[in-house]
Amino acid sequence: MNGRASPAVLHTLPGADDIQRFELENGITLMMRCNPFSPSVVMSGFLPAGSQYDPPEKLGLAYLTALALTRGTQRRNFQQIFDTLETAGASLGFAGSVHTVSFGGRCLVEDLPMLLEMLSEVLIQPAFPTDQVERLRVQHLTGLAIRAQDTAEMASLVFDEVLFDGHPYGKPEDGYPHTIQNIQREDLLDFHDQFYSPAGMVLAIVGGIEPAQVAEWVHHYLGSWKTQTTPAGVDYPNLSPPAQDIRRHVSIEGKSQTDLVMGTIGPRRTDPDFFPAIVGNNILGQMGMMGRIGEVIREKHGLAYYAAANLVASTAAGSWEVSAGVEPQNLQRAIDLIRREITHFTREPVTEVELADSKANLIGRLPLALESNSGVAGALLNIERYGLGLDYYRRYPTIIEKVSREEVLETYRRYLNGSGMVIVSAGPDWSNEP
Amino acid sequence: MAEDILRAQLPNGLTVQLKEIHTAPLISHWVWYRVGSRYEQNGKRGISHWVEHMQFKGTPRFPPGTPDKAIARTGGSWNAFTHMDWTTYFETLPADHLALALELESDRMINSLFDPQEVEAERTVILSELAGNLNEPLFLLSNAVQKASFEQHPYRNEVIGTPEDLQNIQRDELYEHYRRYYHPANALIAIAGDFDAQETLRQIEDWYGAIPAGKPAENPTTPEPPVPEERHLAVSGPGETVYLQIAYRSPAAVDADFFSMTVLDSLLAGPTSLNMFGGGGISNKTSRLYRALIEKELAVGVSGGMQATCDPFLYDLTITLRPDSNPDEVLAAIDDEIKRLQDTPVSPQEIQRAIKQARAMFAYGSENITNQAFWLGFAEMFAEYTWFSGYLTRLAEVTPADVQRAAQRWLPPNQRVVGIFYPLNGGQV
Repeated sequence: MNGRASPAVLHTLPGADDIQRFELENGITLMMRCNPFSPSVVMSGFLPAGSQYDPPEKLGLAYLTALALTRGTQRRNFQQIFDTLETAGASLGFAGSVHTVSFGGRCLVEDLPMLLEMLSEVLIQPAFPTDQVERLRVQHLTGLAIRAQDTAEMASLVFDEVLFDGHPYGKPEDGYPHTIQNIQREDLLDFHDQFYSPAGMVLAIVGGIEPAQVAEWVHHYLGSWKTQTTPAGVDYPNLSPPAQDIRRHVSIEGKSQTDLVMGTIGPRRTDPDFFPAIVGNNILGQMGMMGRIGEVIREKHGLAYYAAANLVASTAAGSWEVSAGVEPQNLQRAIDLIRREITHFTREPVTEVELADSKANLIGRLPLALESNSGVAGALLNIERYGLGLDYYRRYPTIIEKVSREEVLETYRRYLNGSGMVIVSAGPDWSNEP
Repeated sequence: MAEDILRAQLPNGLTVQLKEIHTAPLISHWVWYRVGSRYEQNGKRGISHWVEHMQFKGTPRFPPGTPDKAIARTGGSWNAFTHMDWTTYFETLPADHLALALELESDRMINSLFDPQEVEAERTVILSELAGNLNEPLFLLSNAVQKASFEQHPYRNEVIGTPEDLQNIQRDELYEHYRRYYHPANALIAIAGDFDAQETLRQIEDWYGAIPAGKPAENPTTPEPPVPEERHLAVSGPGETVYLQIAYRSPAAVDADFFSMTVLDSLLAGPTSLNMFGGGGISNKTSRLYRALIEKELAVGVSGGMQATCDPFLYDLTITLRPDSNPDEVLAAIDDEIKRLQDTPVSPQEIQRAIKQARAMFAYGSENITNQAFWLGFAEMFAEYTWFSGYLTRLAEVTPADVQRAAQRWLPPNQRVVGIFYPLNGGQV
């Protein structure tokens, strides 16, 4: 096909010479990359219609609206939509987060026009049929009931509620049972009218495609979408780390394992200290069998099946979270050991060897992360969401190489020193717990 | 598809399968051993999985932790899985680090230490892994259904083992299990990715060629027929949701009916992806059971599935009930749909659809080197690689009469196990 890169010159990492980026007049940004080896296509993207716009008494509205898009349109009912998708072996799904609604789909190359037409139809002309909205509500409430019994999910949910108290990140985008009950079909229609707009939408298409042809299709199916309003921005309050420890326990009786999440505020994705933070976090709780924390908790003391540190760096704020699954009687010991590791991390710089290993790991894993169409599509969305530049993944090794031991130490002192931590466990009550 | 595979056997019995794929500068190296819970005896349930854990706990050459660091430095990943029929270890690495995978795996094929202190620390880790599983209602239900589905065959046991056996198994027993099953004649190396096959074969000979052969594992089992009657069981535990699981005996992977059942499953409960890595699935919203259960407001979710196994295992259907629905009604609705498959031939279009879905899922899975290498070895554990390479052709040969016959043979209502999970915390039944 014309416009395809020749296999011999396809670069391992996407860059300005093999990413095609277009802006449509209505505000949609289209990003593409051809993978000539692939007989299939991944299509993913987002638009700024996330849970940040949810009224407090109707938390979960953005989420339900996103899920309900594929439940029927003005032209096709639920069965017709999924008959078209499933007959082609294709998929299309939506999910809600705080800032955006995201979507993802995949199909064989020959079915891409069908998938684009379907995306356009569900985004622009959803019908939100009453019976489907009710069925979706029951399905979602069942999902929330399962969540309420899931120790890992509940520990994570309560951790966010406490750490991001008063901030949109502290509210679950999938809502609570009582807020889901408050949502009516009209709310979905209003939410769609008010917040679904091509302005700010980003669409990434990766696979065995011919970009010029795909751009035409995208213009055809989505170019004429116009809306009256552009959603207003949302002000996010400033966050401070907890002054002292805040301890919560979610009691879920009858469970054999307790899940633990502890941590504090971390950098935003666009903060300059994001890079020293990820180099350090890799050493603290990721690399090998989950870094120093995994080494102590799992390998040395055999206390947990998993223990890791995660940096969740988003647009408006970030969090630093250590999570572990432990037997209830080992909980306090695990908390103490994790705290000791974190304290140690803010006192002594990491070793030269650790630093070199962490950098080699972060740089070396790019080809693996970007081998699949979905990996590349995710990278393209990342570039656009955070304004990283088309050459970001090719510059990345240089950025990481520049991080020094001192920067890692300073960064950790800035975030982890002198403040308390939010410590949340979920599982059976255990009498030794303070 | 099979002609681009280099297949060889070393004098010590080690089977090698190599497939060059030059789409990304990566390799994925797998070692497969014919050992898993199917090979275990009473009192030692879970020993194969525990041995797998100990394989990460060091050799004289690579003390604990050093291989993790070596892999991490490359940016690659490694892991292992224990199944009923097999245990496997893989490394996916930048292509220029293939030698690291060969060195690590050939070393721990024979030199693992099983240090007593490491054994004890791992006992707690595995008990903690089991505790995590026991938190899950569907683990509790599947466990009970699996047990009730077999009288003798070790497929009745969960791979992770029982709490009692995990408390009692000793270091020397673990080491003896390791020595018995970990050797070239009981192993297969599969590598896919960006390398030269002939050159890589020479490297494999260098690393693995000197390891003594050992004896191939004997298949200790005889396939078990379906349960002789319909069995009902109930399990309860913390939760708020009622689950129903129905399990029928399934054909072994080499049985011609496996392909008829794959088409049947696709129509009844939606297509199941056999890819272990990457690809993602296809929804099942137009499947017969989704229409009969979810659209009729009896359930909120349904899934079906079958595994490719050495001996006949289980075809199971798992249903998440609505809080207000009656399990008997749900079961009756499922029985109506199964009876329809038994009484009326499906249309050729429905079969075509199932084939296209399988073709799409194959295409999605092929993007990923790890998944390609997985298949290179996995298919050999119950058949041979041509089982995988000929999969779509075999599906295309399935006729409406085949599906009808498979429904009659494999889904009889009087030879199955029906399990229900009742939540202790709530849910109305």
